[in-house]
Parts: sequence; structure tokens; C-alpha cells
Amino acid sequence: MKPSRNVLYGSLLLLPAVVLLWTFTYQPILGTIIDSLFSTPRGKRPAAFVGLDQYQRMFDDPVFWKAMVNNLIYALTTIPLSMALALVMALLVNSRLKGQAAVRMAYFTPTILPMVAVANIWLFFYAPDYGLVDRFLQIFGWGGNNLLGMPQTALGALIAITIWKEAGFFMIFYLAALQQISPALLEAASLEGASYGQTLRRIILPLLMPTTLFVSINAVIGAFRLVDHIIVMTKGAPDNATTLLLFYIYQVGFGYWDTGYAAALTVILLLILALIALFQFGYADKKVHYR
Amino acid sequence: MLKWKRTLVGRVLGTLAALALSTGAVTAKTEVTFFYPVQVGGPLTKIVDGYVASFEAANPDIKVVPVYSGNYLDTTTKSLTAAKSGKPPTVAVLLATDIFTLIDEDVVQPISDFVKTADDRAWLNGFMPAYMASAKVDGKVWAVPFQRSTAVLYWNKKAFAEAGLDPKKYPKTWSEMVAYGKAVTKKDASGRVVRWGVGIPGNVGSAQWLFGALAAQNGVRLMNDAGNKTDLTNPKVVEALKFWVDLNKVHGIHPPGIQEGGTTPSDFLEERIAMIWTTTGNLSNLLANAKFEFGLAPYPGNPAPASVLGGGNLYIFKNAPAAEKEAAMKFIKFLTSDELLADWGIKTGYVAPRDGAWKTEAMKAYAAKVPDILVARDQIPVSVPEWSTHENARTGKVLNDALAAALTGKKTPEKALADAQAEIEAILKPYR
Amino acid sequence: MSADFRRKPVVALTNFAGWLLAILWVLPLFYAFWTAFHPSEFAARFDLFSPWTLENFQRVWHAAPFARYFFNTFALVSTILICQLVICTMAAYAFVCFPFRGSDALFMMVLVQLMIMPEVLLVENYRTLSKLGLLDTTVGIALPYLASAFGIFLFRQTFKSIPKELEEAARLEGANGLQVLWHLYVPLAKPTYIAYGLVTVSYHWNNFLWPLVVTNSVETRPITVGLQVFATIEQGIDWSMVTAATMLSVTPLVVAFLLFQRQFVQSFMRAGIR
Repeated sequence: MKPSRNVLYGSLLLLPAVVLLWTFTYQPILGTIIDSLFSTPRGKRPAAFVGLDQYQRMFDDPVFWKAMVNNLIYALTTIPLSMALALVMALLVNSRLKGQAAVRMAYFTPTILPMVAVANIWLFFYAPDYGLVDRFLQIFGWGGNNLLGMPQTALGALIAITIWKEAGFFMIFYLAALQQISPALLEAASLEGASYGQTLRRIILPLLMPTTLFVSINAVIGAFRLVDHIIVMTKGAPDNATTLLLFYIYQVGFGYWDTGYAAALTVILLLILALIALFQFGYADKKVHYR
Repeated sequence: MLKWKRTLVGRVLGTLAALALSTGAVTAKTEVTFFYPVQVGGPLTKIVDGYVASFEAANPDIKVVPVYSGNYLDTTTKSLTAAKSGKPPTVAVLLATDIFTLIDEDVVQPISDFVKTADDRAWLNGFMPAYMASAKVDGKVWAVPFQRSTAVLYWNKKAFAEAGLDPKKYPKTWSEMVAYGKAVTKKDASGRVVRWGVGIPGNVGSAQWLFGALAAQNGVRLMNDAGNKTDLTNPKVVEALKFWVDLNKVHGIHPPGIQEGGTTPSDFLEERIAMIWTTTGNLSNLLANAKFEFGLAPYPGNPAPASVLGGGNLYIFKNAPAAEKEAAMKFIKFLTSDELLADWGIKTGYVAPRDGAWKTEAMKAYAAKVPDILVARDQIPVSVPEWSTHENARTGKVLNDALAAALTGKKTPEKALADAQAEIEAILKPYR
Repeated sequence: MSADFRRKPVVALTNFAGWLLAILWVLPLFYAFWTAFHPSEFAARFDLFSPWTLENFQRVWHAAPFARYFFNTFALVSTILICQLVICTMAAYAFVCFPFRGSDALFMMVLVQLMIMPEVLLVENYRTLSKLGLLDTTVGIALPYLASAFGIFLFRQTFKSIPKELEEAARLEGANGLQVLWHLYVPLAKPTYIAYGLVTVSYHWNNFLWPLVVTNSVETRPITVGLQVFATIEQGIDWSMVTAATMLSVTPLVVAFLLFQRQFVQSFMRAGIR
């Protein structure tokens, strides 16, 4: 009796969520995989089954590889840097700094802004000669740079913006975790003559591991999901130096209307996210204990 | 229990409200949706609204819903997105260069389908041939010109005088432009350039446009009229790119790397650059804000001066209901009347694409005040159409990437153009 | 970290570093703020004593229907919040109190959405909306997000931490399933709801790519897309106007943040750790 009651009530309660998840997550995943095996319908020509042609095309596409490399660089810089900076900020704010609340707000404010707003502001700052950044560089005699227009610096410029925006967000989580560390533990360490560095390494960082994991998941999702600044600032230019995978998908799907190819690209993105998820959740099970 | 009810009621009301607001009021009039881009600043939406109001006053059975959709690229994306999802706009102002893409995607209907009476034909013939050339494919007229431009050169007369040049003389050849550029480039004590001689925008959107002009000045076209073959490895095309790259690399008169189109007018106003290559559409902005005397010049030649055409045409979308399309046609005729085109040209700096518009009193008075606009008009006969091929977005990107690679020094002009030509060939071959 | 821990010079250095970083962090915002309130000529030329003006904001307000954009965003975010609270509560409740064979596997499947957000499946989801006829509607923007994996996960955590005895006691008093949910679980989970609410509101207020793709008209465009449509004029970017428009767009969130700072921060903190 109880089991069948559970099935009845359970299913009813889960129904809306399941329907929505199916329609907007699972069915699209399947649809994307199927679409990637077909050519793109154009006006009068319908889609035709082409097997792995789209993937072959992707393999031969230099822009695709550039996007992958860019995404890798982007992820491998923004994620550790913003996390490390977040930890530093949390430690600074937690150390009973004078004007703690103001400092905390200063770090957190970029986070609440939409990325498009951040991008517009920074577009202004990166302007050659009168932009804030170039003016700062002029002090050292390095002025006159179009940072967004040079392939060597464009991606770096975007990475800087992302870190600026995201570090404060991660700081909050670290702050919460720091405040939960029992002071008795820290006092014991100081009584035993441990230096700050040792305490940091041996006690604080290990205790922060669950938070680090949570933050890293958010950071990874963000690194692949957030392409607003590319749309606003560079549109992938110069010469694809700032093209990231999701942006390329948007460009191919909604700029060129090449839906078959966009599907193949999406499948790759899904694979990457799935791999990362497997790694993180697999790792998580070992390290994190809920209660 | 109560929460369920409240939530349900709230959600239903919310949904109803959202739906009602998003579909608009229900009327008995024929409704025409009009997507348009505004390229030269916000207040122009008010002018468009004004035109719409005048049209509706004269045609009480038609309601026009103008939708400002961002810049050209965004408006194209929006229009195609809407058309593919079954709710196309009735009429839209889109780039002339989009014509092949729109035909291939089967979303537009030729204007010639709606031209029936002798009056209609007279109206159609009143447009300048240079602009109509890019609207005709397979013998049909697919669009009519509306807000068109050419690319021109603005030069800072004050800077010229400072540098010892005759402020009234603008460069007529490439070598003159280089010479003037060198004279007017100014450096500070530490050797850093504070004023560049010339700036040609190389960002996505501007690069392929202005490169068309450079190539034309050197006597070649980048693509054929059918939009299915490009000529990027032609030695004269490569020479044109080399000239552009050398402006910085060899002569030191052009900012390094890529000059951003968006900031070029303010660079000019700030006297950071003495000669800029940009659209006639910027004239009003410069006139309003320049604190120095400047001039508008046609482009130099090598040796024959030439420029490139730009701007948007009016397209009718195929899958809109027939009654709406007829109404849209009336709106199009209204928008392209001589008086309205003159008014729009005066307020924006766009070039009116009908000779009749230039003969109106308003335009003649304005031309007396601002003779520069006549310079733009007179350049039209020697201007070539903008880059336009099948799968335009894609081929345009390939070309822009190649230009960027050359301008930033990552590839030589020869290699960049050769790679681009090969890639574009692969894209365009199926269309021949 | 107690201050006794480290000696005075270290404390002073920490203070200095903290403040320096903070100033560096807000400098861009202050400069953008300053530019928005000064005439266009001073955008490129920083002059400390140049006149303040509201002109940019007036021009911006008249150039694009920002009032409508705000309304759209408000409608969108409210719809999403309310629906998410309801749907995710129901799902979490089912997982915790009505488990059946296969519900664990189902929960694992739900977690997939944690990593694969609807915008990743842009093209397909767009097609689905098109078939449902919900393109260019507020409901259409909201729909893919309504069953939030994060919400289900969080609420399930919270519900799980409520002792079974309380539920049994309520049942002994004759409460049925829905009453137990409404009178027991929901009130006890209030801190989680507030935390989640703030997280989701700020996420969806700032969401851009999906609404960009889905909306075409002013009647549905949220503020992020509106700002972008306004700012992408290809000729002659007027920085004073762009910064003014940007400031205008972020004002509600910043004001809300300033007013509810402590709750905001605390809720984000709670949302993560448990």
C-alpha cells in the first residue's frame, strides 16, 4: 500500500519537473545528436542524412580548433585565477579589516551586474588612448594599444573582465566557509606555534575543500556558458582570437543558419561538460560529506 | 491549499497579461510589421515614428508597427529568426548585401511582383541605377533602396593647415594620401604618435566594406554580380591590401592593428586621426560635434577614384499574409517618396537614392548650407556595390578574418587572401 | 582569523592590501558612473571640474523604451521565481517523502541539468519553442528554466535535514501529504527559499543569450537585451550615452543590493555550503 501510494503521489509531484526537463534538456540533447547527422535544410532543399560528415567538417575546420584552444585557455586561466583571488579576498575580508563591510561590497558589486553591462563599461575602458586601461599604461610609456583589436591581447582582455566579475561571487562562498571554521582549532594551532602559512596550508585549505569543489563547479559552468561579453565586445574577432565554443555555436546557428553544423558543435560541447561533470561528481563523492 | 490557489491564479493572470501585452491590441486594420535598424543614433526612432504616424493618417485602414531591432546585423538575424519561426515581419530594412542569403533562405518576395501599373513602373525607375544594380537578381527586382550611403573621407582642415598643407586640398591619389598623411602625423616628445595621418576601420563589418573601396580604387572588383565567385587572389586585390597594411608598417601614418569603426568618429573629433574613412552617415554627428573645420572628400584613386556603396534596402517578406504585403507595398512607396527620402537624408546623412529627392526644395536648401553632401552624391556613379555573395555571413567572416590577420601582421597579405579565396571557393562552388 | 594571530605590521599590510584591491575593484564602476553624468566631450577627456549633467540619461530614456524593458524583466523574473519555487518544492518533496523504485535514478538524471544549462542547447530549444508557438513571449523565455536542477537539489537537501519524527507526528495528527508540505516543510525551509530566491533572481535578471535569441520585439525584451540593442550602434559610439544606459540598467539591482546587502550576502553563503 505504502509503495503504490508513494508511486502515485511521487509521480504526480514530479510530473511538472520531469516534463520540463524532458522537453528542454533531454529531448534537445537527443535532437541535437540526431541533427548533427543530417545536413542543414536551406529554403528549398530539405535536410539529408549525411552520417558523420558534419563531424568530419568540424575536424577540418580551423575555427573550431581555435575555439577549442581558446576555451581551454580561457577556462584554465579564469577558473584558478578567480578562485585564488576569491580566496585571498575572503581571507582579507575575514581578517577583521577596518571598514570590512565596504571592502566586501567593493569586491562583490561587479558580480551583481549583468555581463552585458560589464562588457559595455569595459569596452569603454579598453578604448585606445582615452580608455582607462590605456591611460594607465601610458604612465609607463606603453600607450596607444588597441587591446581588443590585437590577437595577442584580446582574449587576455576578456579573461580580465571575467575574473573581475566572478571573483567577488566566489569570495562569498569562501567567506561563509571561513566563518564556519571553529576558532578553537585556530587557537590550538597558534598555541602550538604554527605560523600563518602553516595554518593556512594544513588547516584552513583542507577544510575549505568542499567549498572549493562547489566553487569550481560554478566556475567551470560559467567558463563555458558565459559568452555575453564576446557578443558585446569582439564578436570573436580579431581573426577568431576570442571565439569560444558556445559563441561559435551561436554564430553558426543564428548567424549562418547552418543548423546541422551547429548541432555537431553542440554535441562536442555537451561531451566536454559531461566529462567535467563525471570528473567533478565522481571526485566529489570521495571528498565531500554532507553532514 | 490556499497557496496552490493563489499561485495558480497568480500564474494564470501573469500568463494572460504577458500574452496580451506581447501580441498587441487586436484591431480590424491591416497590420504591417516593420523591422528597421538605426545606425546613427537613438533619436532617429522618433523620426521613424513620425513617418509612421503620417502614413497612418493618410491610410486609416493600415497600422504600421515599427520595431527597432538594433544594428544591421542584429536586424538581419531578427528578421531571419522571425521568418523561420513562421512570424516574419511584413517589411524590413536590411543590408543590400543580404540579398542572396534572403533569396536562398526563401523568405523574401520580389518587389517586381507588386509593380503592376504604369505609375508603379515609373516609381521603380526613379531610383539611381547604381543602387538598383545590387537589388536585381535573375531579372527580378527584389528590394528597393532606402537608406543608402557611400564611404567617404573626412579630413581635418585645421590639422592640415598646422602641418603646412593647403587645408582646402584633399588627397586625390594614393600617393597624395600617403604624403599628406606623413605631413600631418604628429608625435610627442617621447616619440609616441599623438595624431595619426589616416584611419581606415578594420573591424568586422567595416573591414570588408572599405576593402571593397580600396580594391575598386585599384581597378578591381572583389566578387562577381551573381555572387558566386570571388577574385581575392587577383594581384591588384593583393596590392590593395598591401597598401592598407603598409600605411602603418611602412609609412607609420595609420594606427597599428585594427582601427575600430565604432570609435573612429570620436577619434576624429578628438583629433587623434586627421583623415578618416567612414560612411556619409556620420556627417550629421561630425557637423554637430566637431570643434574644428573639416571637409568631406571623395576617395583617392590609384589612379581612378572609386568608393563603395553601403546601406539598407526595403524587403518584403514572402510568408506574410497577402493583404499585409499589399499594405506594406503602400508603406514602401510612401517611405521612398522624393520628399521623405530628402527629409531622411537631411536628418541622417544617408544619401537619398532617387534623383527626384535631390531636386526637392528641402534638399536644395540643405545642399546650399552643407555642400559636402553633394560630394557624397557625386561619388555614387564611381562606386561599386558592397561585398555580397551567397552565404554572405559566412563568406564575409572569412574575408574579415583574412583582413584582420593581415592588419595585425599574423599573415602576409598574399597568404591571408589566398587562404580566404580557397575557403570561400569551397563555400560558393555549389552555387555555380 | 583573530587579529592576535599576526603582528601589527602584518595587520597593517593586510589592511592596505585589502583596501588597495577594493579601490582597484570599484574604480571601473566609479569611472563609468562619472562618465554617465558628464557631457559627451568629457568621455575621452577626464576633467575633474567638468559640469555634471542629467542630459545623457534624458536622451537615453527617450531613445529606447527602458521603462518597458524593466517591466518585461520584472515580469520574467517573477514568473520564473514563482514557478521554480512551486515546481522544485514539489519535486524535492517527492524525492524525500515519496521515494519509489527508480526515483534515485531520476534524481541523478535531474542533476544533469546542473551542468547542461538550457542555453547550451540553444538551437534545439529555439526550435521547440517555435513549434509550441511561444517564440517572442515572456513565458517562452522562462519555460526552459522552470524546473531548476539547482533548486530541486537545494530543496531536497533542506527537506532531508528535517527530522522524520516531525513528519510522523504531523501525520498522526491527521495531516495529509499536501498539508504536511505546506505547514511543516515549507516554513522550515524558509531560509533556503530566500537564499535560492536571491540567487535565481540575480541569475535571470542578468541572463542574456537565451532571451536575445528568443525575443524580437520591445514587448518582451528584457533589460539586458534592450541595453545591448541600444548600444550596438555601429557608427559613432557615444560613450556617455552607453555608460548612462548601462548605469540605468543596473540601478535597480544595485539599489536592491545596497538595501538588502546583509541578507544578499548571507543568502549566497547559505546557498552554497550545506
